[in-house]
Amino acid sequence: MSPRRVPAGSDATGRRDRPLRITVDGEPADGIAGQSLAGVLLAAGRLAWRRGPSGAARGVFCGIGVCFDCLVTVNAERDVRACRRRAQDGDEVTTQSRHTDRNPPPTADGTPGTEER
Amino acid sequence: MTTRVPRHVAVVGAGPAGLAAADAALGAGARVTLIDSAEQPGGQYHRMLPDAYDAAHPERLQHGWHAFDRRRRRVLAHPHCTWLPETTVWALERPAPEETGPPRLHLLRGPADGAGRTRHTLDPDALLLAVGAHDRVLPFPGWELPGVFTAGAAQALAKGERVVVGDHVTVAGSGPFLLPVAAALLEAGSRVSAVLEANPPSTVARGWSRRPWELAAQAGKTGELAIYTSALLRHRVPYRTGRTVIEARGDGRVEEVVSARLRPDWSVVPGSEHTTAADALCVTHGFSPQLELPLAAGCALRTTAAGPFVDTDDDQRTSRPEVYAAGEITGIAGAPAARAEGAVAGWIAGGGDPAAPAVRRLRRSRDQGRAFAERLARAHPIGAAWPGWLRPETVICRCEETDYASLCRAACDPAGASPRVAKLATRAGLGPCQARVCGPTVAELHTRLSGDPADGLPVAGPHRRPIAQPIRLGELAAPPEPLPHHAPRTPPKKESSS
Ligand SMILES: Cc1cc2nc3c(=O)[nH]c(=O)nc-3n(C[C@H](O)[C@H](O)[C@H](O)COP(=O)(O)OP(=O)(O)OC[C@H]3O[C@@H](n4cnc5c(N)ncnc54)[C@H](O)[C@@H]3O)c2cc1C
Ligand code: FES
Repeated sequence: MSPRRVPAGSDATGRRDRPLRITVDGEPADGIAGQSLAGVLLAAGRLAWRRGPSGAARGVFCGIGVCFDCLVTVNAERDVRACRRRAQDGDEVTTQSRHTDRNPPPTADGTPGTEER
Repeated sequence: MTTRVPRHVAVVGAGPAGLAAADAALGAGARVTLIDSAEQPGGQYHRMLPDAYDAAHPERLQHGWHAFDRRRRRVLAHPHCTWLPETTVWALERPAPEETGPPRLHLLRGPADGAGRTRHTLDPDALLLAVGAHDRVLPFPGWELPGVFTAGAAQALAKGERVVVGDHVTVAGSGPFLLPVAAALLEAGSRVSAVLEANPPSTVARGWSRRPWELAAQAGKTGELAIYTSALLRHRVPYRTGRTVIEARGDGRVEEVVSARLRPDWSVVPGSEHTTAADALCVTHGFSPQLELPLAAGCALRTTAAGPFVDTDDDQRTSRPEVYAAGEITGIAGAPAARAEGAVAGWIAGGGDPAAPAVRRLRRSRDQGRAFAERLARAHPIGAAWPGWLRPETVICRCEETDYASLCRAACDPAGASPRVAKLATRAGLGPCQARVCGPTVAELHTRLSGDPADGLPVAGPHRRPIAQPIRLGELAAPPEPLPHHAPRTPPKKESSS
């Protein structure tokens, strides 16, 4: 189906979860303290949250901060790598599209890019 | 320079190599600043669960946990060690030509990509780089679909935060790393449909069985691989050689993967395609060293069949004075070899006696690690015919969505024959990742398409960029702040201020 967290009850590591909640484009997503934003998003059933230049969906690819596919806006800070940033309870995540990333390339017809959901 | 003032060694990266280096440098009597952008030491191999998980049995996910745990505690608690977690080295400033010593480090401390990070500088007596590697993934149709992950991403999520990337996972590519990734997914409750090693049994066997006596020295590593293999057997996961995924398909996400049989040169055997349902695909074709910092320091590289790596001498010195390198940036040989290299580098950088018996033993085990790296490269090469599975519309540069057809056009156009011009024309490699992902592929394809051996552009061109890690303009404008425990420095050199 989609990515998920190993249930705490059956996790061999014997972890103890402390829940946290973030919002993604205004919608709540539940995670646990210690997770990366990417981990929270994935385990909340979101496989993709960013859009490439063509509008194609992107999520996590490298998982370790190399590919920049997973960029999000966190509490109004743009271009945060979701796989590297620890989630904090109450984080407000806004999804981004490549058009509005840093150094936006001119679009084919010269019009400025628009934020897409 | 021969006073008894302890040397100050800055170690960048707290993976197996960096942690061993810090340990050895402290043992040699040096003062150590250990820096990692992660919150915890361990690097990729010993990726730890977050403290907030409060795990009773972290050791259950880790091979060699106890030795790692002992070393981690010893290093971090050492009175002469300053541990700087969540600290990124974003630039290295080379000394003026008339000055000696290593470059000045520029650091950012605080949450990843956060606007409120603090800036610092550091002027150590020696700089030890142990920044590791990342997965190399060759492009194929559909690799940009959500649900296609690098094998390392799947591993990092499973090991580091107990998230599995899917329930029906195919693991494909080449190299022994496919095995721990599949085992980690199985441990976390995923179903792994198959592990596909692109190289045929003949290549794999030839690489692994050459000079078998060398393998004995790597018993730890081979024993570890045997454990993963038995996990695959237990879960009845097929391990197929000479087969790979040549396409991922789906509507906005991966839904199925197409695999095909490969000849030894990785050309696709027509008619051998097979389609399997999958909600996740994990791919790796090897590792690329993170060369940004070594290149920023001015370190010379050596070119191998597996690509460029930092060149070091017998004591892990690079071509730059007082700059040392250890771990995967000098060759892909796995964690035990990274540890041995780190220990040699740390001991020497810390001012230890190069003739000490212990360091001679370490050099030997380092050399065995290097032999192991060569064996790996021979058993799991990338076949020259891999571009055969590309289509005109296949995305090559993920950031800019440059497709194969535009690269071909740019390479064949006499006006755009230089890779630099082609890069500007196609925008390949100019996106946010700054060619970290597509760089080697674009360079390789361009060379082949234009028949022009890279036009004087160094192979490592994609790594030559001034800023090793992103920094915000506000942070750049802020003056550096003093680091804790780094107040007055020993000999006369500027410290932590501008
Ligand atoms: C995602 C991933 C997962 C892996 N998992 C396994 C595994 O499970 N088993 C296995 O056998 N091998 C694994 N490997 C292979 C791994 O490269 C080696 O096993 C081993 O970890 C290499 O050790 P190292 O010390 O050279 O580098 P690493 O372990 O990669 O350590 C490098 C460290 O440097 C830090 N760093 C990098 N750049 C900077 C900077 N600019 N500023 C500050 N810090 C920096 C990183 O945060 C990292 O902690 C994995 C590789 C990757 C990429
Ligand atoms: S997934 Fe690659 S940078 Fe986050």
